[in-house]
Amino acid sequence: MLRIFGLIGRYFMLMGKVFSRPEKAAIYRRRIIYEMESLGINSIGLTAIISVFIGAVITLQMSINLDSPFIPQSLIGYATRETMILEFSSAVVALILAGKVGSSIASEIGTMRITEQIDALEIMGVNSASYLILPKIIASMLFFPLLTILSILIGVLGGWAIAAVTGIMIPADYVEGIHMDFKVYSIIYTLIKMVFFAYIITSISAFFGYYARGNSLEVGTASTRAVVVSCVVILFFDLVLTQILLI
Amino acid sequence: MIRAEHIVKSFDGRVVLDDISVEFETGKTNLIIGRSGSGKTVLLKTLVGLHEPDSGDVWYDDVNFSRLDFRERKMIRKDIGMIFQGGALLDSSTVEENVKLPLDLFTSKSEREKLERVNFCLQRVRLDNANHLYPAELSGGMIKRVAIARAIVMNPRYLFCDEPNSGLDPQTSIVIDNLIREITKEYGITTIINTHDMNSVMEIGEKIVYIHEGHKWWEGTKEQILHADNRELNDFVFASAMAKRAKRVTE
Repeated sequence: MLRIFGLIGRYFMLMGKVFSRPEKAAIYRRRIIYEMESLGINSIGLTAIISVFIGAVITLQMSINLDSPFIPQSLIGYATRETMILEFSSAVVALILAGKVGSSIASEIGTMRITEQIDALEIMGVNSASYLILPKIIASMLFFPLLTILSILIGVLGGWAIAAVTGIMIPADYVEGIHMDFKVYSIIYTLIKMVFFAYIITSISAFFGYYARGNSLEVGTASTRAVVVSCVVILFFDLVLTQILLI
Repeated sequence: MIRAEHIVKSFDGRVVLDDISVEFETGKTNLIIGRSGSGKTVLLKTLVGLHEPDSGDVWYDDVNFSRLDFRERKMIRKDIGMIFQGGALLDSSTVEENVKLPLDLFTSKSEREKLERVNFCLQRVRLDNANHLYPAELSGGMIKRVAIARAIVMNPRYLFCDEPNSGLDPQTSIVIDNLIREITKEYGITTIINTHDMNSVMEIGEKIVYIHEGHKWWEGTKEQILHADNRELNDFVFASAMAKRAKRVTE
């Protein structure tokens, strides 16, 4: 228990260093754009592939389970849209990004630590925590919500495509369903969640990488820990944010 | 001048540096030598502030570096250049970006001025046409030369080198040694080199400090080291055939 409190304390101390005044804003702007490409644009493919399949699977399962003359088929489109918006495109995509982006951040920063690149920055007088971590946090908090929007669109499209291809339901009913009872607040809710999750993924992964010690084995361990802890914290805050924002 | 006063440093209760006091002279290549695991790297990292000593002080000229906070240290760190054992170049940046980074962060020079300075430093270490290469595309010797260029780009007053020859062939090692010596003389820098390479000691050592099991065992010049009356030091020094030959020549 003491060890966990110690870790939390070190995490907040690191965040204190990360959010201290940057050396030169122009350098940070350049690094944010670089990180947007590295962490965000490079995740578009994975997000799109997973979203299209999940959208299709949700539609298939809904149509199998709601196969009743008393239930309008348009509800399948509605349910697919709501599932994508409320949970999949923020929480599940965040869990997937924790695996992809989180491990990449932890191993990148961990390798920089054990190869003395972080020491080299410190010797130059650079606040290494801020220089390396802050652009990643800002870039992900700006870009991951765009991935959420993309995921919603592609997931809903995946549902429509499976309806059209398999003929399991009438595509026009599906389209009617996705227009049904649309609440803009649901989008705001899911985007707020994703901003939180982006911060959780990048800051926790960077924390484990930054304090990696020893050799490449330790970097691997730090990377695994980063993913596991990020996932647990995402699930916890999914619950907390849903309680705060929806209920 | 850099002075360490009664430095003690331990990790998890194990004392690595035990009451080390030593002065490194301006305009000279000062060498810290000793076996692997003797505490050389810990001493070097304590001198630059990467490790905090448990007790004792480090002085840069008349400033007590150990008593400064992060912001105050930043001012001194701009006068420090350091060459790490593996080069420690940023993997995601090109040679030019690596050397230019301190200029980008701490100067208000124009892009043209910065590039001129970068090219001057790269030419100084005899590295032409490598500006746009990434560290993964460089040889060991080239990495060390880029690290030297980055270390001198801000015109440092203090230069620290952690085993600059490790992993290099003897010929390239001599090139790197000579480069460090030339730069030290040219700019009047206080240079501290951490090494266990006796060839370097005989080539460029002006003041030599021998560390053994965390203690300062001996200090003197390269002429004195060949005739020192110290068993541990002699075991270390005369493990090298070159040092034996050098002793025979001086006798």
